[in-house]
Amino acid sequence: MQLIKSDINIDFLGKRKIAMVFSGLLILASIIGLVIHKGPNYGIDFAGGALVQVKFNQDVSIGQVRDSLAGLNLKDLSVQDFGEGDTHEFLIRTANTGSEGTGLAQAVSAAIEKGTGIAPEIRRMEMVGPQVGDDLKKQALLAIFYSLLFITIYISGRFELKWILSGVTAGAMMAAVYFLSVFNVSMPILITGALVVSLALFWRLRLKYAMGAMIALIHDVFITVGIFCIFDMDFSLPIIAALLTIIGYSLNDTIIVFDRIRENIKGESDKTGLPALFNQSINQTLSRTLLTSVTTLIVLLALFFLGGEIIHNFAFAMIVGVVIGTYSSIFVATPIVLFASLKRING
Amino acid sequence: MKLLTLKHGLVLIVILAAIIWLLPTFTNTWPHKKINLGLDLQGGMHLVLEVQNIKAVEAELERTADEIKKELRQDNILHQGVSRQGNMLVAQLPDQESKAAFEQIISKEFSNLKVTSAGVQDGSIGFQLKLPEDEMDMIRKMATDQALETIRNRIDEFGVSEPDIRIQGKNRILLQLPGINDPDRAKDLIGKTAQLTFQLVDEDAGIDAALKGNLPVGSMLLYEKRTDPATGNTTEIPHVIKKQVLLDGSLLVNARVEFDQFQQPQVGIEFNRKGAHIFDRITGENIKKRLAIILDNTVYSAPVIQDRIAGGKAVITGNFTMNEAKDLAIALRAGSLPAPVTIIEERTVGPTLGADSIRMGMISMLVGGVLILLFMTIYYRKSGLIANLALILNIILIGGGLAAFQATLTLPGIAGIILTIGMAVDANVIIYERIREELRWGKTAAAAVHAGFDRAALTILDANVTTLIAAIVLFQFGTGPVKGFAVTLGLGIVASLFTALVLSRSIFDLVLQKKTTSSLSI
Repeated sequence: MQLIKSDINIDFLGKRKIAMVFSGLLILASIIGLVIHKGPNYGIDFAGGALVQVKFNQDVSIGQVRDSLAGLNLKDLSVQDFGEGDTHEFLIRTANTGSEGTGLAQAVSAAIEKGTGIAPEIRRMEMVGPQVGDDLKKQALLAIFYSLLFITIYISGRFELKWILSGVTAGAMMAAVYFLSVFNVSMPILITGALVVSLALFWRLRLKYAMGAMIALIHDVFITVGIFCIFDMDFSLPIIAALLTIIGYSLNDTIIVFDRIRENIKGESDKTGLPALFNQSINQTLSRTLLTSVTTLIVLLALFFLGGEIIHNFAFAMIVGVVIGTYSSIFVATPIVLFASLKRING
Repeated sequence: MKLLTLKHGLVLIVILAAIIWLLPTFTNTWPHKKINLGLDLQGGMHLVLEVQNIKAVEAELERTADEIKKELRQDNILHQGVSRQGNMLVAQLPDQESKAAFEQIISKEFSNLKVTSAGVQDGSIGFQLKLPEDEMDMIRKMATDQALETIRNRIDEFGVSEPDIRIQGKNRILLQLPGINDPDRAKDLIGKTAQLTFQLVDEDAGIDAALKGNLPVGSMLLYEKRTDPATGNTTEIPHVIKKQVLLDGSLLVNARVEFDQFQQPQVGIEFNRKGAHIFDRITGENIKKRLAIILDNTVYSAPVIQDRIAGGKAVITGNFTMNEAKDLAIALRAGSLPAPVTIIEERTVGPTLGADSIRMGMISMLVGGVLILLFMTIYYRKSGLIANLALILNIILIGGGLAAFQATLTLPGIAGIILTIGMAVDANVIIYERIREELRWGKTAAAAVHAGFDRAALTILDANVTTLIAAIVLFQFGTGPVKGFAVTLGLGIVASLFTALVLSRSIFDLVLQKKTTSSLSI
């Protein structure tokens, strides 16, 4: 069986302007989402706070739960219907932490029993103090930074076989971070600064593949974060894990296409044929790209629908990331490499 | 025709080893250990405590202040107060003569203290004394170490199987307690400072005056909590207590639950010889006075001393429940914490939720897996079957790897395995697409397979290294469930490289050796 005919030749690169507009719109939507929601919606892992998941063995309305908790004086209290179907599960969140959090599960349980007459089962309780939240946030950003650093070294070294240059780029990235950290700027600015420096260096040193891959990566992660923000979903530790996996996965796709381009470009001296050659490479790897994305999406959808509420957001982030990652390796990464290659002949 | 080469043997050994490691998880018979389940899957409690170890430094300074005062008294040197202010000591001396004597005592007996400033103020000479930075660091570190030891003792007595207790950073203690039924009771026990002291009640001071803030020098206001067993209401009774500690819990040798004449639980304590001697002396000196038994700044009881008590035994009453009495006895036996601890992170998962998570994870793995197997069979026909075999072995290898390295399987870890199922076929897809291309160019089956594997190998390596980098970084920074995800993702990548590049290739070689035709079901 074949999904993609072997002689297929879609003019992907001809549609790069449409793709640019599409990507631009997605990025714009992400920015608007981020601005409206005032940054990512941090869950208790990063913002600190507490949550209690309760389960009833009979029908209880969300209003009843909320009313019975009103007397507890919980800051930023929110009650959410949790779980699918008739599981009668609720997730109670509050900004209260620390000493107030001690015995919170007990207090919640007692208040609900008093208010509704039914004793809930405490299924889960999480409390993260503000200091821990800050630490976890810092660690998560560091993790993103380090994976970007190592991947930068790897792709610039592996693809252009310029390990010394890749070392220089990595060094510059770290130096940029060092200088910015002297001025005590926040982690997001630090990472942005490091990325700008490495992109500028890729351009200057003509590491076009590395640059294409890096821009596609930033594109994917930014849009995934943006979509999360638009749907007002919680950012938690597993979501960071999902983002890092998306970084790896998106590169995986990009690398397959780039590998084919390099293979086809060998011995090709006529640079006017480059657009056709790039297009051909995408088409040759298209069936693989789509197949892998399809199989990955199949299992992720299974996880999304059947894996339960706790893993729900993680599965959602991965689904968004896989779709965006597949799109970006064809419509973002490759056009950028082509653009950089053509610039080189003209200039 | 060589059917079983060295490579094939190696492949078989790897697979067999994985199966052997994996078996105990399902059959419970093999000598090796089962796969560890994370707290989110088996239920349990994850706690991070912060040791307020600045309090240990302050306590050390208070002790030093007392000692300095004692020295000054012995040498009959006048002073207007030696006390702790923040993390330094402040001493006031009336004249030059006492200043010189004071300086001599400091340099002789307390040479570790650094004099940071000495100046004349309101006619008296003020001294500021500090502990050197490295000594403060050492006290802090010792407080954390000691807190860890104490908490470990308490947990051991509480009876938690396979607890994981370790120091995290400078002043944090991480506790992983699987299968806790009563998290609040465990938290109470762990967080109890269990600082036991015996102090006299200040009988001359009036309670009403004290409540208005009018406390005599050297006394403080503490409360006794009394719960009415009938109504469950708690009342707080104020007591004025002398600050001087006559005896503390450090001289205890034993504490256990006993019962009074009404069969109410109480905690019997027993002092060592030195403690017994002190107890004998203070009860003898204070007959008809009230001696307060104070635990963590709460008065438990303040009985009137009827007679000299020899033998070093006492009881703490305070209408306890059985569990409260048991936990108090554990806390007293395990010793007091050198500094108070606060819970700064807590994650508790009930056993039913853990079981549900496993069930849902397994269902999604099964459904996703079966869909992939079907898809691959339809799409690549017989070659698809080889890919499917590789996929199944892949999962066995991940399981075997988890058991062999005694890694912990978490809910995100299951998600990681499911994700790998989706990505594991990737390597096969890359190879098969390449083989199809080579076949289209008119190569024979054997040549196409050969070229397909050769050309795809490097691409596959490249593509997987990036995900592996992400997994390694996650492993390095992540804790708990996220680390579990990184482990399964990493294992999955390595396993899929092995099954695609070594195992699949071996099977193709075997199949093609027997075949004379150039057709290939792909």
